[in-house]
Amino acid sequence: MSISLFYIIAFLSIIFSLLVIFSKNPIHSVLYLIVTFFTFTIHYILLNAQFLAIVNFIVYMGAIMVLFLFVLMLLNLNEDSEKSKSILIKVAGIIAGMCLVITLVASLKTLDASEPVILKTANLGLVKNLGKVLFKEFLFPFEVSSLLLFSAMVGAVLLAKKEIKSA
Amino acid sequence: MELAFVIEKFVLITVIFSLSLVVAMYSTLAERKIAAFLQDRVGPNRAGWGGMFQPIADGAKLFFKEEIIPTDSSRFLFIVGPSLAILTACIGSAVIPWGQPMLIAGREINLQVTDINVGILYVFGIVSLGVYGIMIGGWASNNKFSLMGAIRAASQNISYEIPMGLSLIALLLVTNTLSLKEITEQQHGWHWNVLYQPLGFILFLVCSFAETNRTPFDLPECETELVGGYHTEYSSMKMGFYLFAEYINMFISSAVMTVLYFGGYNYPGMDLVNNILGPTWGPLIGVAVMFIKIFMFIFFFMWVRWTVPRFRYDQLMNLGWKILIPLAIANIVITGVWLTYVVK
Repeated sequence: MSISLFYIIAFLSIIFSLLVIFSKNPIHSVLYLIVTFFTFTIHYILLNAQFLAIVNFIVYMGAIMVLFLFVLMLLNLNEDSEKSKSILIKVAGIIAGMCLVITLVASLKTLDASEPVILKTANLGLVKNLGKVLFKEFLFPFEVSSLLLFSAMVGAVLLAKKEIKSA
Repeated sequence: MELAFVIEKFVLITVIFSLSLVVAMYSTLAERKIAAFLQDRVGPNRAGWGGMFQPIADGAKLFFKEEIIPTDSSRFLFIVGPSLAILTACIGSAVIPWGQPMLIAGREINLQVTDINVGILYVFGIVSLGVYGIMIGGWASNNKFSLMGAIRAASQNISYEIPMGLSLIALLLVTNTLSLKEITEQQHGWHWNVLYQPLGFILFLVCSFAETNRTPFDLPECETELVGGYHTEYSSMKMGFYLFAEYINMFISSAVMTVLYFGGYNYPGMDLVNNILGPTWGPLIGVAVMFIKIFMFIFFFMWVRWTVPRFRYDQLMNLGWKILIPLAIANIVITGVWLTYVVK
């Protein structure tokens, strides 16, 4: 049951993430990306990580993608407004993509034949356990990453402010 | 046993679903009646006794109206918009505990569809999804007024989600659990959370007005500036879905506020009543109490609508970012200090 469900959902995630790249209309791309994130939420639930699932749901689907959609709607991009890219950019893109593919293939080859991941404790993803791990074992990295987010926020505010002054 | 479980849940879901539809239906009538009362008018009184059949007449009218899809709209998304709005409005009720477990024919039945241990966050997630219906519909209409409405909805929703989440954090410091069932059980008798979190409750209330797009926060459909806002181009039942979703949202957020802050099905003296009436009829009184509380919240929503005028857009943003968020953070700090030094 769980395995077949996993395959169905994995198939859907791949299909929708491909649609994100191939759809011509940026708004449609964002909508496909939202569906892709939704399938990720289901993956988390299948892994019994309820907290991560719901956070993925709230933060990515509910907040970040709304902002993406918001910006794209204001820009009003469509198929015509996309400029044809120069050959140099296309070549650079192909080279970068190939490098990524080689890295991925190489890293997959060095791994042993993949074994199904078995969680040591099935309840690891529940809120209580996650909170205990974050605030006891990994307190320092957790606080450092919060500092990182904070500095990003301050930077964004600063950038936005500068633009108002010059205008 | 397995089959009985499936049947039990199926019946429960059907009952809750139809109940929220009926409540939403009669909320439309109640809104017009309350508006009439506040403005010293009579209100709808032609269809049935005192206008009892007005919602049915309205629904039938919407069904039989001509369906218009603008030529330049993106057809699929134009239909997805209202469908998504009504879908996200309906699935929020899944985690709300409607009453104490009831004993029916020797079987204990939980009056809650599912008790997931991240219940509050589930509700919060559904609320944050609600804006997609409006945004997609507004964009797909290919009309600048609709787009303006959609964009206002998005920015308003994002801004008011933050103080809402922050006021929830202060509540969670008190309750120590995310499960709505446990939160309700903790408020047994008169130990309602509103007594411990008065400021948090007011913040949550204001944010729910904004999240359900009710006046004074109904800028997405502000008819004096934007024709009809995001549903300008909609007609027939698609328009009906948008209007209906607003009333279902109002019902669900009233239920959530009741559960989180006003004790859900708890009321003073409930043990005595349960002892007298037994495990079958006792919880039913609790359900009735819960619905009375919900209806009072719905009345409050309408009362405010016909009392407070609409905000201007910059006032809305100032209120959200410069007043509500600092207040919510202060509330968290006060709650934290109080819990560490006073309660302990």
